[in-house]
Parts: sequence; structure tokens; C-alpha cells
Amino acid sequence: MAVTLTLPTVLANLAEGNKTLEAEGHTLGDAIDNVSGRYPQLASRLRDEDGTPYPFVTFYLNDQDIRLNGGFDVELHEGDEITIVPAIAGG
Amino acid sequence: MTTSVLAAPPKGQGQGRGRTKLSHDEILRYSRHLILPEVGPQGQQRLKDARVVLIGAGGLGSPAALYLAAAGVGTIGLVDFDVVEESNLQRQVIHGTGTLGQSKLDSASARIRDLNPHVHVERFETRLTSENALEILADFDVVADGTDNFPTRYLVNDACVLLGKPNAYGSIFRFEGQASVFYAKEGPCYRCLFREPPPPGLVPSCAEGGVLGVLPGIVGSIQALEVVKLILGVGETLVGRLVLFDALQLSFRELALRKDPGCPVCGNAPTITELIDYEAFCGIEAAPTYDGAEVSAPDVAREIREGAGVVLLDVREPQEWDICHIEGAMLLPLGTLPATLGALDDRAKIVTYCHKGVRSLKALEILKSAGVSNVRSLRGGIDAWSRAIDPSVPRY
Repeated sequence: MAVTLTLPTVLANLAEGNKTLEAEGHTLGDAIDNVSGRYPQLASRLRDEDGTPYPFVTFYLNDQDIRLNGGFDVELHEGDEITIVPAIAGG
Repeated sequence: MTTSVLAAPPKGQGQGRGRTKLSHDEILRYSRHLILPEVGPQGQQRLKDARVVLIGAGGLGSPAALYLAAAGVGTIGLVDFDVVEESNLQRQVIHGTGTLGQSKLDSASARIRDLNPHVHVERFETRLTSENALEILADFDVVADGTDNFPTRYLVNDACVLLGKPNAYGSIFRFEGQASVFYAKEGPCYRCLFREPPPPGLVPSCAEGGVLGVLPGIVGSIQALEVVKLILGVGETLVGRLVLFDALQLSFRELALRKDPGCPVCGNAPTITELIDYEAFCGIEAAPTYDGAEVSAPDVAREIREGAGVVLLDVREPQEWDICHIEGAMLLPLGTLPATLGALDDRAKIVTYCHKGVRSLKALEILKSAGVSNVRSLRGGIDAWSRAIDPSVPRY
């Protein structure tokens, strides 16, 4: 499945400045593997050493929090949009 | 959301909470509000009766305080312990050149008084801590979190959940902002979105990463807007919604927030039932000692004069190098360091430096773990160099 990942600035810098990435995969975990392969610096910012999501980076699949829909195992459909929301604290 | 967060007035006390009614001056001042059916005299009285506390009088707190004061919020609490500095003025519009060096509370209070003398300012010139947060926040109807660090954000969240207060949240970084209303009585809290903070150093602060000055103007104004809606009980607040703002794209994105049943503070079986040590929770420990690893600016200057073969390694970002750098230094940004180590002569006497001496210590650790033994870090960074050695290097 071809999907789109939207990255915040803080992570886009690790993907050659790209704020949106095209990715392939049957599950969200596959899609993250896919972009991590192309941008190795991004890999450790998207998931921990065990391959699970960090508690300070929230993934949305088409505007829904993936933690409530199967986490990284959630199945993707053609054209899905994934938004990555990191905790920021500036004020 | 159709009800105000203000408790209903006791019977027999009219529209307000038994406090002063709107004067003729105030009726004239707020006339554009009063003719809005959604506000009207009753809503304006609610604003006058309301007590709102702003955590931080900085980038977000500045526009929030100005708009809330202009709107006629009767009591505004300000919690801040900083002093107005030149580098604040690019975005902290409540302060001015004339208040440089003053406490932010003095500066902000004077501006609010000038803007609207009907507003009462309550000052808390202190760092918000686990010891004082419940006491300070308990007396307010709404909290607006505009702090600049993770420990205080989790502290504000947990205190609001424990006290049952709504928190108009805003956060910014570089060109992007987030806004929501965390109100555990009606929806999710901050921990439902981010259960734990990132480890220290992973997400740069605005001081390290920069922030576009207009951005907090927009996000702080959204916080003020949500506060006003919570008080008036009109419209749809951001409870259960997260707004992402991208200033470069000029795009607003809205995402649904769900209450996490397993949330440690607002979930079904909370494990956090009182305030905790937030510095420890955020992994911030007492500053480690770097015996002999740091070197002062005068000592580095002397070693250079004596021809001791010092190699100055600037680990900041290229745009910071363009602002200023120490003559003869070499630029290797921290993020590139593991990969660019080969460019270094391992016999050199390396001194790493950054803006203020924090990143250069991280660089030192990276170099040491890569086997470079003769490396020290410039204490206080290029800022200390500018102050002690070379004033022609601009401070930023």
C-alpha cells in the first residue's frame, strides 16, 4: 500500500528536510521500516530498540490515534495519511 | 461545551459571583462584546468574575495575557521568575525595550495596567513546583500553560487533573505549534497524548532550536480564545481535539484526542494521586560533574597564545556559526559528529565549544567514547568567550 507520512520539522531534518514522505507497507510498522531504511537517522526517532512506539511520539492514521487501533500492527490502505506528532515544550 | 467553567452564582447574587458589577466605564470599554448575543452583559460579567492563571509570561503568555486583559478577565494570575532580556523581545510582546532588566512580572503587570486598569493582576514570582502548584492553581478557574520545559508541563497537567481545572495548552517549536484544552473532567489530559516526556536533550528548547517570533502570537492567542470560550461557555472548545499549526505552510490540522483509560493520572485506575518529582520524572538529574573536562575561556585563550596546539571544535549548527565563531575554529555540528570524527587528528588538544556549554559536553562524551582522549569543553561556550575574551564576538 502506498501511504503518506507527514513529519514535523524536528524530524524532517533527519529526512533531508522532507516534511512528507511516501511509504509502502501492509502495516504501519512496515511503512516505518520502509522510511527508516531510506533515512537511517530517522529510525531511532520513530520507535525504540524493541520496535515499539515511544510515549512521547504519537502516530495518527487518518486523524485517529493508532494506539487505540492496534498500534504499529494497524493495517494500511492505499492513500492513508499518517501524521507524526512529537512532544514539544517551547513557550 | 455549552456551560461555563465558572460555578453558577449563588442564588440572590444576580449574574455575577457577588463581586462588583460592570461600571459605566467598563460598559463603554467592552461595548463590542456586549452587543454580541453570545457574550452580552452576562458574559462580560462572567469574564470580570473569572480568575485565570498564566504559567509563564514569555512567548505564549505575552499574547495570552494581553488579549485576556483586553477582554476584561477580572483577575489574571502570572507565574514567572525571569527577567526581561533583549533576546525575549523578538516574540514576547508584553515586554518592551523600556522594561529590559525588570522582572517579567513587573514588566507584564505594568503593561496590563496600562491596557486595562479594571484587571487585577495576582503575581507569583516563583518557579512553579510540586510544593506550591496546588496552592497557586486552586484559586483559579482556568489555567493557561505557556511554559518552556517538560517538567513544568507535566506538573501543570497533573495539578490541573488533581484540582479538576481546565488547562488551555499551547506549545511551540521553530515554525510549528500545538494547542488543545486538557480538561480531565470532560476529556483527555496531556498524559493521554504524551504519557512520558522525551529524554533530556532529544528535543531542543527554543533557546537551542530557535522559534519564529510571530508563532507564539498565533498559538498564545488560540490559548486566550479557548480561555474566553471556557469562561463564557460558548462554542466548541478544543477539549478532545489537538490543533497542529504549521507557520511555513500556513496550515491548521485537527486531530482527535481520546481519553486513555490507562492514563496514570486521569485514567480508570490512576497511579499518580499527588504531585511527584517532575525533574526526576523527566530524567533531569543533578548536573553531572566533569572534573577536568571543562576549561574556562581565559585558560583556552592563554593556551592559544602560548601556542599549545589547541584545536577549537565548534559543535553548533551552521547558521549559528554564521552569527559568530571563534577565529581559527573548525565547524563540526553535534548531529554530524559520530560520522565526521575522521576529520579530527586524534593527537590534537581538542576544545569543543557551543553556545553556552551544554552541547559541547555532549560532543565531549561522543569524542571520548570514540577514543579521543585529549578533549575538553569550553565552559559557558562562545557566550563566555564573548564576555571574557573577545567582545567583538556578538552574543545571541
